[in-house]
Amino acid sequence: MDDFLAARSQMALSLGFHIIFSCIGMVMPFFMAVSHYKWLKTNDEVYKNLTKAWSKGVAIFFATGAVSGTMLSFELGLLWPKFMEHAGPIFGMPFSLEGTAFFIEAIALGFFLYGWNKLNKWFHWFTGMVVGVSGLASGILVVAANAWMNSPAGFDFVNGQYLNIDPIQAMFNKAWFSQALHMCLAAFTATGFAVAGVHALMILRNQNKEFHLKAFKIAAVFACISALLQPLSGDISAKDVAKRQPAKLAAMEALYQTEKPAALLIGGIVNEKDKTVKGAIKIPGALSFLAHGNFKAEVKGLDQIPENEHPPVAITHYAFQIMVGIGTLLALISLIYFINLFRKKPLLEKRWLLKLFVLAIPLGYLALEAGWVVTEVGRQPWIIYGIMRTKDAVTPMPGIAYSFYIFSAIYLSLSCIVTFLLYRQIKMVPVLYDKTVIKSK
Amino acid sequence: MEYVVIAFLCLGILLYFLLGGADFGAGIIELFTSTKNRSRTRKTMYQAIGPVWEANHMWLIIAIVILFVGFPHIYTTMSVYLHIPLLIMLIGIIARGTAFVFRHYDAVKDDMQWLYNRIFRYSSFITALFLGIIAGSLISGHIDSEAKDFVSAYIYSWLNWFSIAVGFFTVALCGFLAAVYLIGETKDEYDKRRFIRKAEFMNIAAVIFGALVFLVAQFDNIPLIDWVFKNTVGLSAIILASLSLILLWYLLIKGKTKVLRILAGFQVTMILLAISYAHFPNFIRLKNGDAISLFETVGPPKTIYSLGLALLLGSILILPFLGYLFYKFQKKEE
Ligand code: HDD
Ligand code: HEM
Ligand code: HEM
Repeated sequence: MDDFLAARSQMALSLGFHIIFSCIGMVMPFFMAVSHYKWLKTNDEVYKNLTKAWSKGVAIFFATGAVSGTMLSFELGLLWPKFMEHAGPIFGMPFSLEGTAFFIEAIALGFFLYGWNKLNKWFHWFTGMVVGVSGLASGILVVAANAWMNSPAGFDFVNGQYLNIDPIQAMFNKAWFSQALHMCLAAFTATGFAVAGVHALMILRNQNKEFHLKAFKIAAVFACISALLQPLSGDISAKDVAKRQPAKLAAMEALYQTEKPAALLIGGIVNEKDKTVKGAIKIPGALSFLAHGNFKAEVKGLDQIPENEHPPVAITHYAFQIMVGIGTLLALISLIYFINLFRKKPLLEKRWLLKLFVLAIPLGYLALEAGWVVTEVGRQPWIIYGIMRTKDAVTPMPGIAYSFYIFSAIYLSLSCIVTFLLYRQIKMVPVLYDKTVIKSK
Repeated sequence: MEYVVIAFLCLGILLYFLLGGADFGAGIIELFTSTKNRSRTRKTMYQAIGPVWEANHMWLIIAIVILFVGFPHIYTTMSVYLHIPLLIMLIGIIARGTAFVFRHYDAVKDDMQWLYNRIFRYSSFITALFLGIIAGSLISGHIDSEAKDFVSAYIYSWLNWFSIAVGFFTVALCGFLAAVYLIGETKDEYDKRRFIRKAEFMNIAAVIFGALVFLVAQFDNIPLIDWVFKNTVGLSAIILASLSLILLWYLLIKGKTKVLRILAGFQVTMILLAISYAHFPNFIRLKNGDAISLFETVGPPKTIYSLGLALLLGSILILPFLGYLFYKFQKKEE
C-alpha cells in the first residue's frame, strides 16, 4: 500500500470509528435525561434503573470516544503536517472552544455517574443535561471545522501565503450551518434507531417487557422526529453543495455531462474509465430542481471541471445512493410509527413494526458513514477546497502503511470488545436493573 | 494575549504531568504490586481516580490544541520527527483508557478481567515511558531537520540514551505521585503502610534515574547542568526540590498525607521548572544548533487573541465546576 493511500485510509478509519462513539456521546445523555426526568416525576423505579443501565453503556462509549478523539487531535499532525501548519491557526477556533465544551462535558459526566444519592436530585438531573448540551455543542464545533475545509473562509490566499487570518470568520464559513444541522439530526437518527432497535429486539424476545418498552419509546420518539426532518435538511445541504462545490455534486450524481435540465439518477453502475453510468433510473428534471430549486436549471457536470480536479466518482455516487436510500427508508418507518401512535394501537401487538425497528439497528450508522464518505471523498483531491491538495499535505515519513495496519487491528479489537461488553450489559438487565419481571416464554 | 496563551500551555503541560502522571502512576504501582495485594490497590485506586480521571486527560488535549492552533510550526515539527514515539504513546493512551473503563463497567466479572488488568498495567508503564521520551527528545537536540535518511530523521531523533533516561525518570515520578496520592485515599492501616513503602521506593528510583539523566546528558553534550545550575531560577528550584525532599521523607515516615501531596506536586513542579526555565521560550532544540522558540513561531495575532479569549472564558466556566467536583468527592466518606 503506498503511503499516501495509507494515510488517507488511516484518517478515514479513525474518523469513521470516532464518529460512532461521539454520536452516542452526543445523543444518549438526552435519552437519559428524559428517563431520569420521568423517574423524578413519577417515582417509577423502572425509569431509575433504565437511566442507570443507559449511563453504564454511555460510560463505556464515552471512554472509547474520548481516547479515539485524543488520537485524532494528534493524527491530524502525524498524517497531515503541512495542512496543519497552515490550517491550524485558521480553523483552530472551533477546536479551542470544543476543548472547553469537552471539559465541561467530562466534568459533568463525573458528577452524573458518581452523583447518585450524593447530590441534590434536580442538580443531578441538571448535570446529565449539561453532558448532553456540551456534547452537542462540541459536535457542532468540529463540524464547523470540517465545513471550513469544504468552504474555506477567513483568510486571503495571496501567492501561496495565508494572510489576514480571521478565525471567527473561518468558523462561520458558508457550509457550517447546513453541515452542523444535518450532522446533529444524523446523530439523533442513527443513535435513536440503534437504541430503539436493540430494545425492540428484547421486547420481541419477551424479556423484561416493561423495562424495554419504556426504553424503546423514549429512543423511538427522538429517532423518528429527526428521521423525518433529515431529508429536509439533506435538501438544504444539497443546494448548498451545488453552489459551493459543483465537482462534488457532479460526483454524487455521477453527472459526467452538463445537462439542462438535469435528470436525477437513482442507482446505476459507474464506469470511471468510459465516464458512463449504466442501468440507473432517470427522473427528468429532478436534479435541476433538487440542486437549484428550478426544474429547468442547468447543472454543471464533470466535463466543466479540469480532469485533475475530479473527485473519485464511483465511491461518492454509491455512498450518496446508500445515504439517501436509507434516509428515505427510515423516514418511512418513522411515518408508520407515528401513524400507529396516533391510532393508539398498542405497540406490543404490532410485532412487524418492532421487527422493522430491529432491521434498522445498523442502518442509521450506515447512512451516517456513507454521508461522511460523500462529504470527504467528494472534496478530493483537495484537503482545503481549491487551496491545498491532499497529496501536498501528507507527512514525509515513509511506512505509514504499517501504522495503518496497527490501527486497523486496534480499532477492530476495540469494536469487538465494546460490542461484547454491550451484549453483556443487556444480558444482565434482568439481574442488575429489572428484577421484577421473570423471563416468560 | 500571547502571554496568556503561553501560560495556559505551560499550565496544561504541568497539570498533565501531575494529574495524568498520577493516573499513569496508578497503573505502574499496580504493576509493581505483589499479586496478592493487587485487587486491594485496584479498589483504592478506582475510588480515588474514578470520578476525576476523565478530566485529568483533558489537559493533554488542551495543550495539544493550543499547540496546533497557536504554534503550528512546533506541533508539526513534533509530529513529523517524533511520529513513532507519539504513535506508541497514543496506542498506550488508547489501551489504558479503554481497559480502565472496561474493567469497571463489564457487567460480568470473569476471566476478561485478567486481560483488562494486564493491558492496563503494561500500557500505563509504556505511556509514561514514552511521554518522558518525547519530553526528553524535544530538548535533547537530536531532532535533525536536515536528515536525509529514514533512521536519522525518524529514529535517532528519539532513540538516544538521554531521551530514554528521561523516560524512566518520568515513570518513577509518575509512580511516586500516584503512591503519595493513594496514601491519603485509604483508611486501612495495612494499605497505608503499603503505599508509603511504594512511595519511598518510587522516590528512590526517581532520585537514581534523575542522577542518570544528568550523567547521560554529560556524555551526550547536552548542557543540562548549565541550564539547571547556572541561573538563579533553575538553581533555587532545584535547591527547593532537594530541601523539600528531606521534609518529604520525614512526613512519609510519619504518614502525614495532606501536606505530603502538596509537597510531592511541588517537587515535580520544581523539577520541571529547573529543566525548562533556562531555555524558555525555546521549545524544541534541533541538531544543527537552532531552536524553535514559542515567541518566534506564534500564530497570527487574531488567532492568538481569540484563542486566549476562548481559554480565559473556558476557565471561568470550568474552574468552579472542577473545584466543586474535587471537593464533593473528597468528602465522600463522611
Ligand atoms: C443518519 C444519517 C443520514 C441520513 C439518513 C441522511 N444523511 Fe446526508 N449526511 C449525513 C448523514 C445522513 C452525514 C454523515 O451526517 C453528513 C456528512 C457530512 C455532513 O454534514 O453530514 C451527510 C452529508 C450530506 C450531504 C453533503 C453535505 C456536504 O458535503 O456539505 C448531502 C447533500 C446530504 N447529506 C443529503 C442527504 C439527503 C438528501 C438525505 C435524504 C434522505 C440524507 N442526506 C439523509
Ligand atoms: C467523524 C466523521 C468523519 C468521517 C467519517 C470522515 C471521513 C473521512 C474520509 C473517508 C476521509 C478520506 C477521504 C479520501 O482521502 O478519499 C477523510 C479525510 C479527512 N478528513 Fe474527514 N471525516 C469526518 C470528519 C472530519 C472532521 C470533523 C475533520 C476536521 C476537522 C476531518 C478532517 C479530515 C482530514 C484532514 C482528512 C485527510 C485529508 C483528505 O483526505 O482530504 N474529517 N475523512
Ligand atoms: C464530525 C466529526 C466529529 C464529531 C461529531 C465529534 C464529536 C465528539 C464528541 C461528542 C465527543 C465527546 C466524547 C463522547 O461523548 O463520547 C468527542 C470526543 C473527542 N473528539 Fe470528536 N468529534 C468529531 C471529530 C473529531 C475530530 C476531527 C477531532 C480531532 C481533531 C476530534 C477530537 C476529539 C477529542 C480530542 C475528543 C476527546 C475529548 C474528551 O476527552 O471528552 N473529534 N468528539
